[in-house]
Amino acid sequence: MTTVLKAPTLRPTRSKATGRKNWGYTALAILFLAIMLFPVYWMVNASLQPNGTTLETSWLPLKPDFTGYATAINEQAGNLGTSLVISLGSVALSLAIAAPAAYALAYFKVRGAGVVLFAILISQMIPGIVVANALYTAYNDLGLLNSIPGLILADSAHGIPFAILIIRAFMNGMPASVIEAARVDGAGHVRAFWSIVIPLSRNSLITAGLFTFLFAWSDFLFALTLTTTEAVRPVTLGIFQYIGAYVNDWSSVMATAVLASIPAIVLLVAAQKYIAAGTTGGAVK
Amino acid sequence: MSLTTDLSQTAARSTGKAKAKSGRPAGSPTEAQKPRRRTRQRRERIFQWLFLVPAVVYMALFFGYPVVKNVVMSFQDYTTATFFTGEAPWVGLANYVTVLSSSLFSTSLLNTALFTIGSILGQFVIGLALAIFFQRKFPLNGILRSLLLLPWLLPLIVSSAVWRWILDKDSGALNRFLGDLGIVDTGVPWLTSTSLALIAVVGVNIWIGIPFNLTILYGGLQEIPDELYEAGSLDGATGWKAFRHITWPMLRPVVSVVLVLGVVYTLKVLDIILGLTNGGPANSTQTIATQSYDLSFHEFKFGEGAALGNVLVIISLVFAVLYLRASRRAVDE
Repeated sequence: MTTVLKAPTLRPTRSKATGRKNWGYTALAILFLAIMLFPVYWMVNASLQPNGTTLETSWLPLKPDFTGYATAINEQAGNLGTSLVISLGSVALSLAIAAPAAYALAYFKVRGAGVVLFAILISQMIPGIVVANALYTAYNDLGLLNSIPGLILADSAHGIPFAILIIRAFMNGMPASVIEAARVDGAGHVRAFWSIVIPLSRNSLITAGLFTFLFAWSDFLFALTLTTTEAVRPVTLGIFQYIGAYVNDWSSVMATAVLASIPAIVLLVAAQKYIAAGTTGGAVK
Repeated sequence: MSLTTDLSQTAARSTGKAKAKSGRPAGSPTEAQKPRRRTRQRRERIFQWLFLVPAVVYMALFFGYPVVKNVVMSFQDYTTATFFTGEAPWVGLANYVTVLSSSLFSTSLLNTALFTIGSILGQFVIGLALAIFFQRKFPLNGILRSLLLLPWLLPLIVSSAVWRWILDKDSGALNRFLGDLGIVDTGVPWLTSTSLALIAVVGVNIWIGIPFNLTILYGGLQEIPDELYEAGSLDGATGWKAFRHITWPMLRPVVSVVLVLGVVYTLKVLDIILGLTNGGPANSTQTIATQSYDLSFHEFKFGEGAALGNVLVIISLVFAVLYLRASRRAVDE
């Protein structure tokens, strides 16, 4: 019950035109893009405006002013660090759990694989608030509230099912003969997995890792519900607290928003091919 | 279903598949070899399961346990007092009665429906239109299409903050833009009027969802073989006709998956609403998800919050069943 994950390559799209350059369509597409990305532009623009209650933000940041960033870094640097630690921890945990599981599902075809996959699909349907509700009481008993490990564990709930699906889809396409050859040569399961399967699946692991990072970095619900003090505060919660009150210093809020967007923007620009492979990941399975 | 019996059954029912895997020709082994091979196979099975155990444990703790715990809590009077006394008295269906009969529930139910239907319709129609547009061949197609993913990759709370500023009544970019065009003359209270806030929140959610719809639908469109369109055009099916008789029927499985996933994701939306309006003004953007959050984490009535969360789970599960049927059909075809 799977479709092989294909990175949408740039194969020639359908058109009646015989390969003629259609710059007119490009212009139209750029117009769409400009409309869709206006909020992103506005965020950057507003973050470069001088502080204070300027009622008229200028349409262009002709006189860039970095006081917003100074305030943001001053107040949110610790929170950005917290977010980074949690996200990296979540990537490590998710890959450590998801990669062996994906291998078992794809290569061993263990009995019960269907049940596991079904559980993964259903898990996507469970509202976060339901999980948070139960975790809060459990964390309260276990002393995991306001802790980095607690948030790493909770945030991986987005990443692990997704990572299993992505990596498994890739491993399904891996030639079994390679692994069997290693097994015949006397490599144990663990060794075959570690020295052959993992290197071969590198790209899918990177894709899964990048998305897991993004999920944990963007998490807001668990940050909101599983922390009660300033001690451990991801940047998403920092932003929420900025906008929860009456805001009169939008340039600092927007500067923080820009800083919190950096991972997403970097991924989109630098890791294009991995992102393309991931976008269709959890969907049509 | 216990794991051990499952394993022993499979070991007992070992087939030729395992033999082929063991890398030796599937000849007939001598009688003496058989029992030994059986234990080895059992060891093998257990070993294979070990790869899966961490994931199964994690899923059980972070998805299974919360769902069960919520069902239990929803029948208890679970409040902050519980944390000190450790007691949560059983109250039967009282939480459900309280929650479902409150006047706020009908408001949130209606808002949830409007929010979901509005978001899905907008995301899907615009996403499909863009997907069809990007089928055309033009320079920079791939790069532009991938840049469109940005709204979907940004942290939701970041998007909320940005839109909050754009939709600001007095100095937001939208009102200034509309004002410059002379469409409105005073600041429109997008997020602070009871009649407009829900529309504004839906609008923002549509913006967030377009990239997802575009990507999946574009992938589905790419799968439709060119020959069909060529054959169709010979029969005079072009443009709208081709879309109605070729594209739409062929795309249907993908469409149903996108729509159901969209509904399930939209039902649980929390970040965007909390970030933009916090459920206000006067509960006009309160949905079942936000109300469940309020009950648990603002009023500390965890039992009632759990009951409302379960209502949301049940609604989602109905769509989950639809999803599984749709995706199965998508694969079969």
